[in-house]
Parts: sequence; C-alpha cells; structure tokens
Amino acid sequence: MAQATAVAQIISKNEQQILEQWVSLQLSAPTLRADLIKERELREQSREFLQQFSTAINAASENTDAVAWNPVKEVLAGVSRNRATQGFTPSETAMFVFSLKQPIFELLRKEIQDIAKFAGESWRVTALLDKLGLYTTEVYQKSRESVIARQQEEMMELSTPVVELWNNIVALPLIGTLDSARTQVVMESLLEKIVENEAMIAIIDITGVPTVDTLVAQHLLKTVAAARLMGADCIISGMRPQIAQTIVHLGVNLSDVLTKATLADAFAVALQRTGASVTRIKA
Amino acid sequence: MERIPILKMGEFLLVTIQIDMHDQLAITLQDDLTQQIVKHRAHGVLIDISSLEIVDSFIGRMIGNIAGMARMLDAETVLVGMKPAVAITLVELGMSLTGVRTALNVEKGMAVLQGSLKGKEFFGRDIER
Repeated sequence: MAQATAVAQIISKNEQQILEQWVSLQLSAPTLRADLIKERELREQSREFLQQFSTAINAASENTDAVAWNPVKEVLAGVSRNRATQGFTPSETAMFVFSLKQPIFELLRKEIQDIAKFAGESWRVTALLDKLGLYTTEVYQKSRESVIARQQEEMMELSTPVVELWNNIVALPLIGTLDSARTQVVMESLLEKIVENEAMIAIIDITGVPTVDTLVAQHLLKTVAAARLMGADCIISGMRPQIAQTIVHLGVNLSDVLTKATLADAFAVALQRTGASVTRIKA
Repeated sequence: MERIPILKMGEFLLVTIQIDMHDQLAITLQDDLTQQIVKHRAHGVLIDISSLEIVDSFIGRMIGNIAGMARMLDAETVLVGMKPAVAITLVELGMSLTGVRTALNVEKGMAVLQGSLKGKEFFGRDIER
C-alpha cells in the first residue's frame, strides 16, 4: 500500500508537469486529429482527467471498482461519448488514456532509483491505465450502439407515414420490404390514423415495395383485415405488372381486396365511394 | 343476474358491451337480443365494443353467432367502436369476422344501417370542403 501511495504522491506532486508533457505529446502525436478537436478542448479534457485521476489514485489506489474512481470514469465516459459523435475511431479514443503512460513513466524513472521498485511501480500504472483505456472503448461502443438504435427507430417511423388525402380518406405509401416487425408498426399507425381522421377508406400504396412474396402478401391481407374491423375499406394501389404476375403465380388470393394499378385510380374510387367527385372548373 | 342492456333506437337495436363476457352472459344476450329483434321488428343491430380493451376468440365467435342469428331474423348487424389494438389482436388470432359489417363508431354504424335500409350503401356525411 505504501508503494502505491508513492506513485500517487509522485503524480499529485507533479500534476502540472505531467499535464504539460502529456498535452504536448498528444499534440505532436501523428494520430492527432486536428480536424476534429481543438487544442483548447484537448487541454481541458486532459486537465480534468488528470485532476480526477490523481485524486482517485490517492484515495483508492488501483482498485478501479472503488467509489473514488467514479468521477474519473464519468470524465472518461464524457470524453468517449464526445469523440464517438465527433468521428474518432475507438483506438484513437483509447489512445487518449494510453498516451498518459509516457510522461508518467519518465517521471517515475527520474523519481525512483531502485530498478526493482521502478519495474513494480510501472507495472501497476500500466495495468491501471490499460483498464481505463479499455473502459473508454466500452463506452465508445455503447454510445455508437445507442446511435444505431436511435437511427433504426427513426427509420421505422419515417418509413410509415399515413397521410390524409381527403375527408375520410387516408393513404399509406409503403416503401421498402415489409417484414413482421414493420407490419406491426404499419398496422398500428394506420389504425390510429383511421380513428383520428374517421376514415372510411384507406389506400395502401405498394409502389415502393420492391418484391411481394407470400409473406408480404399475408402481411398486407392482415393489415386490410384489421382496417376492415375498424370499419374502413381498404384499396391496394401501385400494383406493378411483375407484382401482379408474382401474386397470381404464388396462388395468393387477393380477390377480396380491391386493387388498382395507380394511386390516382384508387383515389378516384375512394372519392366516388365517399360521395365526392372531381369536376373541371374551366373547359 | 347481470344482463347486457339492449336499447331500442328507432328501427335499430343498440347493444353496448362494457364488461367481460362469459358463457352464461353470452347465452343470455343471444336470448334477449333475438327476442327483442322479433318483438320490435328491428332491422338492424349495433354492437358497440368501444369500451372493451380485450377481445378474445370467445367474444369474436359470439359476435359472429349473433350476426348470423340476426340475419336470419332479417336484421343487419354492424360491429362498431373496435380499438386498434383489439383489431390487431383479432387479426393475429385469425378472426377477421368476415361475416360481420363494421364501422368506426356508433354514428357511422347507424349511417351504414340506414344506408342498407334504403337498399343502397351510404358512404358518410357531407364531404364538400
């Protein structure tokens, strides 16, 4: 324990010196991403980390699971998250911590004369900094994953807009392949819009659906059935020639559903059914 | 014994289901409803399930049965007020209730019944903008 505090004491005594060396090292390193981070920001991050690091190592030695290390981890997590969004690679992020080894080792070499003691001390510092470096990678990974998850969610919502075409007529332009998860979202948003707009006709436009196989057809039929239970009639539009051929060859029965080739045709039918019509004002 | 009330509205009967159905209640409802249809010479039945959060296959089948019975007595059945979640569940259960007509709410269900009374479909209210 006494030896651990020796390192701690050395670090806290020479904090300013280490910081200067560390920052200039980071600035001169070939891996510096001057395009992504400003010198002032780097200096601030380094200062904050070193300060917390020195406090923690004095309070709890090398046990990084101790409560005293929490502020250090918070600083690292903040840096990591920042760098993940700024576009740093995981190794560049981890290098932030690893690059601290050099100034600390130089200092240790100066301060500790005994070779065996020096080796022991450097090993402890190495193990400690490795742990912290890996921690940054972990946080980096997590924040990346959360970005991906958010994007997936957004894509899901963006891909299922339900639009009101006219009083009591809503349309659902489908884009992309329909799988079970998407069908669920599509169904929910369509049914909610039907309630909201008191729709009597729902047009499902499949112009943007690349292929229709038995599964997609079944999902479509499910959506149509659910809309019917809510009291809205469904029209499927945007039926392309190849899709019509595929559906017949697959033996899917779409005869209970009204299908149209274009959205315009479907809209005309919908208007007619709701009792409206389009007239030309000028000849 | 608990009963589901059947209200007479002109030529139509309105049934609002607000509590969990069980066998005995369903049989009582079928009994009451068929008698009321004959007694009032009703031509339409509205079944409102807007306050039901859960509809299982039992209720689905019962509604189908009621629609069949009413049809034999010359009354059309319209199921109204189904919630989106309920509709999705029923479809997933494979019960799309193909023999029953549906409408979004009581008002629209009434319009559907009136339309079919006139011998032709009625499709909603004034849509001039």
